[in-house]
Amino acid sequence: MSVQTLLYIGGRLVKGAAVLLVIAIFNFFLIRMAPGDPAQVLAGEAGATDAIFLQQLREQFGLDQPLYYQLWIYVSNLMQFDMGITYRQQMPVFDLIMDRMPATLLLTGAAFLLSLLLGILAGVVAAAKHRKWADSAITVAALIFYATPLFWLAMMAALFFSVYLEWLPSFGMQTVGQDLTGWQKVTDIALHLILPASTLGLFFTAVYARMMRTSMIETSRLDFVKTAKAKGMKPSRVTTHHILRNALLPVVTLAGLQAGQLIGGAVLTETVFAWPGIGRLMFEALFQRDYNLLLGVFFVSSAMVVIFNLITDVIYCVVDPRIELSK
Amino acid sequence: MKKIIMGAVIACLPFTSSAYAEDPQEGGTINVVVQPEPPSLMIGMYSNATTQQVGGNIFEGLMRYDKDLNPHPLLATAWENSEDGKTWTFHLKEGVVWHDGKPFTSADVVFSIDKLLRETNARLRGSLAFVDSITAPDDYTVVFQLNQPFGPFIRLFEVGTTPMLPKHIYAGTDYKLNPANHHPIGTGPFVFKEWKKGSFIHLAKNENYHVKGLPHIDELYWHVIPDAASRSVAFETGKIDVLPGGSVENFDVPRLTELDNACVTTDGWEFFSPHAWLWLNNRQGPTSDKRFRQAVMYSMDREFAKSVLWNDYGKIAKGPVGSKTKFYDDSLPNYEYNPEKAKALLAEMGYDGTPVRLMAMPYGETWQRWTEVIKQNLEEVGIKTQIVSTDVAGWNQKIGDWDYDISFTYLYQYGDPALGVSRTYLSNNIAKGSPWNNAEGYVNKQVDQWFNEAAVAFPDAKRAELYSKAQHQIVEDVPVAWLMELEFPTIYNCKVQNLVDSAIGVNDAFGTAWIKQ
Repeated sequence: MSVQTLLYIGGRLVKGAAVLLVIAIFNFFLIRMAPGDPAQVLAGEAGATDAIFLQQLREQFGLDQPLYYQLWIYVSNLMQFDMGITYRQQMPVFDLIMDRMPATLLLTGAAFLLSLLLGILAGVVAAAKHRKWADSAITVAALIFYATPLFWLAMMAALFFSVYLEWLPSFGMQTVGQDLTGWQKVTDIALHLILPASTLGLFFTAVYARMMRTSMIETSRLDFVKTAKAKGMKPSRVTTHHILRNALLPVVTLAGLQAGQLIGGAVLTETVFAWPGIGRLMFEALFQRDYNLLLGVFFVSSAMVVIFNLITDVIYCVVDPRIELSK
Repeated sequence: MKKIIMGAVIACLPFTSSAYAEDPQEGGTINVVVQPEPPSLMIGMYSNATTQQVGGNIFEGLMRYDKDLNPHPLLATAWENSEDGKTWTFHLKEGVVWHDGKPFTSADVVFSIDKLLRETNARLRGSLAFVDSITAPDDYTVVFQLNQPFGPFIRLFEVGTTPMLPKHIYAGTDYKLNPANHHPIGTGPFVFKEWKKGSFIHLAKNENYHVKGLPHIDELYWHVIPDAASRSVAFETGKIDVLPGGSVENFDVPRLTELDNACVTTDGWEFFSPHAWLWLNNRQGPTSDKRFRQAVMYSMDREFAKSVLWNDYGKIAKGPVGSKTKFYDDSLPNYEYNPEKAKALLAEMGYDGTPVRLMAMPYGETWQRWTEVIKQNLEEVGIKTQIVSTDVAGWNQKIGDWDYDISFTYLYQYGDPALGVSRTYLSNNIAKGSPWNNAEGYVNKQVDQWFNEAAVAFPDAKRAELYSKAQHQIVEDVPVAWLMELEFPTIYNCKVQNLVDSAIGVNDAFGTAWIKQ
């Protein structure tokens, strides 16, 4: 990698840090615009409370301080990579996020790889068999999965594979109460992963397949493809070496966007399948007005977006050497 | 001094009501749903429903209560009240140890009630105002000196209201930050093992439990499953053995109860007797007129809501006191479904068609649909109604700030009007910021007086008389529009035996339960 490239990456990281700070401050005010506060939610769930109890909670959470002071505390802590304590679990926010991170990355990562592979494959096949039977089948299937609400698909999958066929577990990440180790544990988690990962993956498979197909068809009409065909190159080689590589760029862009959402993008799937991930954590924190936790998840998610945007830009040059990293 | 002896006679009998027709079998694991995930299991500082559901198996109170709310010995073996009703003497069980092996003594009782709970438990704090001193003459005796004979005193000692907490761990620490909050130590039938946040809570049999032969179950797992439909599926697949009342949507209940091996009970809520009503803002708008509020009562087709929304579980509420709560007066007049009467009342007051806001309660599908039913009922008698939607935090804030016309709620009654009923109607309990006090703004000095006298009247016959008067007046005034005494069916796998065994059965279920192989 050249010095220029490294400088470029360094510059992007500095800009990214500034963006993150602005986002954090923006979020800070945004979530405080929602009615109610965490003390009221906690007290509300208790079903009985008095003014003293509410006051105790607010003091404990630091919510009795003026807003500008709360912001100051939050930002200065954040600068030292301290995201505070969750109101509800009484744990450091960072620890809780890291505790849930592996589950989410496993789920979204599996779904991401699955959808990328299946989607590109389906798109390539559909384009190669343009206006034939296989193309129509793939297009219709992609449209159905694209248009079906994720939670409905998830529920139906659970009903069919868990209740009716009794093949797969319907909730959780592993069987609790059996201290499995080694391969048994891996198999157990893999079995639990199948339903949520494929539900989440199917939607993106559809997105990639549609995009890949369109992109392949467009590229195949370009002059250099005609030239390659005219030279007498085998059709399969034209597809893989000429069309595919050029048609990949839009998919890379989309994959970059999806990768940025790996952390928080699985709320519905995690909720339906009781997968102990970050999406659920964020969703629950929102309703519980757990400001610190919510801000923490927002912060980590926005950091992921910044990082994956950068990675996407670097991958562009690998896929298409004509693109240069520069200002 | 002559003393009234209570408890001592029944102390030697087993608690269970469902007499041992079969010998319980030992061992096994029970999987239960817990929703929402509790903030903590520290039952002394959090009184959230699910904190109590799990924590009630780790911690214990001095007494248990049968389904008629009579006290039975647990950590206390006997108790006496003096003739003037102001001195209560409790005798504690000997040989009880905390989960860490330290002995449980009167010092723990005094510390729990007088120090820790007085500071942290909002609900108990009110009742403790009647207690002048708590002393421990010896290791196994505790004496409560009351300033007045507080009638509900004997019903204060279930685990959710007054859990016993270990002095040797909490004394002299910042209670809220004590590390033991994450690893609760009680005297109960189950010990805390592990809490994988977002997934499950694991409790295991307490091998040193002070009741011989209990518990029968080896392991308890509480599963966190956030989606209501997924909880139903988990029960259908047999991965979950117990769905505590209220943990699935009502429209799933008939389907689940019809499954093979599914049993259902509505027992175990007698102490709470959840009472649902509509808040009616007594301060402003049409709802400030008594005739309008009475018209609301006549306009509601509560039988319809009960059969369609609640699968016929529950009972139409006649007034402020639930029929399972002490001092319920059965002679109250009933507001039947009578749209014509409602229209007449509205005409009499000259209702000008001012629209009212009807705020839904964000506690699941049933409440959304109930809101729609009420809207239709109100519009049928000519009351213009706009539905307002919000989430839990917003709902709490709007009720607490009195920013509503009509909204839903349900509250626990805690067995006695002085503990769970009068708080909604006493005028000195009007305070902004909380959705659990007299949020409707009802002021009736006569009712205040009856309630205040009844709380400290002695003996019970006197209390009953005063509470009857108060109930009749409140039903006439309609400060809130009573809907139903709710019943939440607990659905469980029939292999689980003797699941619900007390008036708070949903919260201390597993100490006496066993699995039939």
